[in-house]
Amino acid sequence: MSNSVNPADIHKTMLDQQKSEHRRRLILNLVLLALLMVAPMVMYPVFLMKILCFALFAVAFNLLLGFTGLLSFGHAAFLASGAYTTGYLLTTFSGLSTELGIIAGTLVATLLGLGFALVAIRRQGIYFAMITLALSQLVFFFFVQSSFTGGEDGLHGIPRGQFLGLIDLNDNLNMYYFVLAVFLAGYLLVQRIVDSPYGQVLKAIKQNEPRAISLGYNVNRYKIIAFVISAGLAGLAGSMKTVVFQLASLNDAHWHMSGEVILMTLLGGTGTLLGPVVGAAFVVNLEYQLSQGPLADWVDAILGTIFVLTVLMFQSGIVGQVQKFMKKNIG
Amino acid sequence: MSMILGVPVAVLFGQLLLGLINGAFYALLSLGLAVIFGLLKIINFAHGALYMLGAMATVILFDTLGISYWAALFVAPILVGCVGVAIEYFLLRKIAGQDHIYSLLLTFGVALIIQGVLTNMYGVSGLRYSMPDVFKGGMNLGFMFLPYYRAWVIVIALLVCFGTWFMIEKTKLGAYLRAGTEDSQLMQGFGINVPLLVSLTYGFGVMLAAFAGALAAPIYSVTPVMGSHILIVVFAVVVIGGMGSIAGAIITGVLMGVVEGLTKTFYPPASSAVIFLVMVVVLFVRPSGLFGKEA
Repeated sequence: MSNSVNPADIHKTMLDQQKSEHRRRLILNLVLLALLMVAPMVMYPVFLMKILCFALFAVAFNLLLGFTGLLSFGHAAFLASGAYTTGYLLTTFSGLSTELGIIAGTLVATLLGLGFALVAIRRQGIYFAMITLALSQLVFFFFVQSSFTGGEDGLHGIPRGQFLGLIDLNDNLNMYYFVLAVFLAGYLLVQRIVDSPYGQVLKAIKQNEPRAISLGYNVNRYKIIAFVISAGLAGLAGSMKTVVFQLASLNDAHWHMSGEVILMTLLGGTGTLLGPVVGAAFVVNLEYQLSQGPLADWVDAILGTIFVLTVLMFQSGIVGQVQKFMKKNIG
Repeated sequence: MSMILGVPVAVLFGQLLLGLINGAFYALLSLGLAVIFGLLKIINFAHGALYMLGAMATVILFDTLGISYWAALFVAPILVGCVGVAIEYFLLRKIAGQDHIYSLLLTFGVALIIQGVLTNMYGVSGLRYSMPDVFKGGMNLGFMFLPYYRAWVIVIALLVCFGTWFMIEKTKLGAYLRAGTEDSQLMQGFGINVPLLVSLTYGFGVMLAAFAGALAAPIYSVTPVMGSHILIVVFAVVVIGGMGSIAGAIITGVLMGVVEGLTKTFYPPASSAVIFLVMVVVLFVRPSGLFGKEA
């Protein structure tokens, strides 16, 4: 028995590994935070806010695709319901403080997410994707026909208002730090969820659902909760976006938007915390650069090409590739 | 004029006819999806774009080469079918055996490319296509007016659907296909060229979509974005019917078209939503779909 390994030793090594990984992640997060704090000094704050809103959207989406293995093709519905709710409330009730409008938008998206989850959970895999897509189209029609959304025109001139009645959000720098704070809260929440025992069960479901069932987990309940959290955070992203740009439009609700968030997540790296953030920054930036140049009309075709290339050549995404590279060369 | 539930009979039958036509398109498209799903186990997200390509090809072939409607009914599906085979051979094959999510995303990317390129070339406002002279006009059935072209669409679409069903369920080629669905490795062992069968199956499913597109060219506005909305509806149809059976896909398609037509008659605001609502109800009552086998 000279070769036998003491289980306690294994456990200790695993804990050590986890500890060093956490430390590395903490350092990385702090570096990023520092960068984001000084970013508006060198870059246009509104552009950065756009990236942060989409990053939060993609982080929320990744909780499903990357950590639970569920592909939702209807996340535009949550982004848009958050956006429209906040936009409608802030326009209609002048004097309503901004954070209440945002909370309301998040709540509506969360409830809508619960509705979606209860329906879509009844099928798996690609059916799940088709059902969420169909449901989001239903929501799209609702927004087209409703009067409170402004139909094809959308909502314009939504007041940014004041945060807690104290901080004037019309100032872009104030607005930026507000968006940054909300983004960080959402990001850390997802990080906390992924690390928690609940998150471990989600990962187990992703890896082997039948085994998770046989271990006695109520898989559907776990999935529904993950879906609802993801929808709520997506709604939060939509609400923030509305306040930043002071408009809400049908673009947010279109299936195209659901495709875009998938691309951001996939390109950045599914199943990594930072991946969706990197992907969102990349896609938003790319779209901006393209819209300025001669290829402005080719955005869709180029996004499609990136989709195809990512699926064919690097499914682990940018962050996934970097992680692989680090593991191989640094250990 | 006679009325049914407060609706003139002529209006009711008129909407029913429109519903049947939409249903014929749903049937052709969901049939193509089901054929592809059977062997490749993938959801072809490019289906709507390829349907659009069929319609665009019909118009462009006429405008540039003067190819007639009748010839286009064959040429357009064959050309687009070749595009399909190329997609399968150069792209889908590379990720065969991986999680089905990836093939869905891949075909979604392909759809974006096709739609993006055609939008650039022809704009979103669409192309005009004049109906062949034979189909101009219609006949009065006494209770309603039946335009010839619409009658033709229903008849030919159902014939093609039936032909496909017959080929898959009753012929030797169909038997290979069904066997490949069950166990493609064993088929390969029996000396059947399975990769070729897969390519052809995908190509055939795509041809059905393009054929639907060619049929649609004279009656719907032909634009690069015409495929994306109908695809989502067809997805709902597929969820309602389940993809277990060929006949199921056809029946559900026609049925949903009729349901949509009836909704348009009695409660117009809900007509664009009704199929999705039916989907929700079916998911609660019978999650595997009306004709579905798997859970």
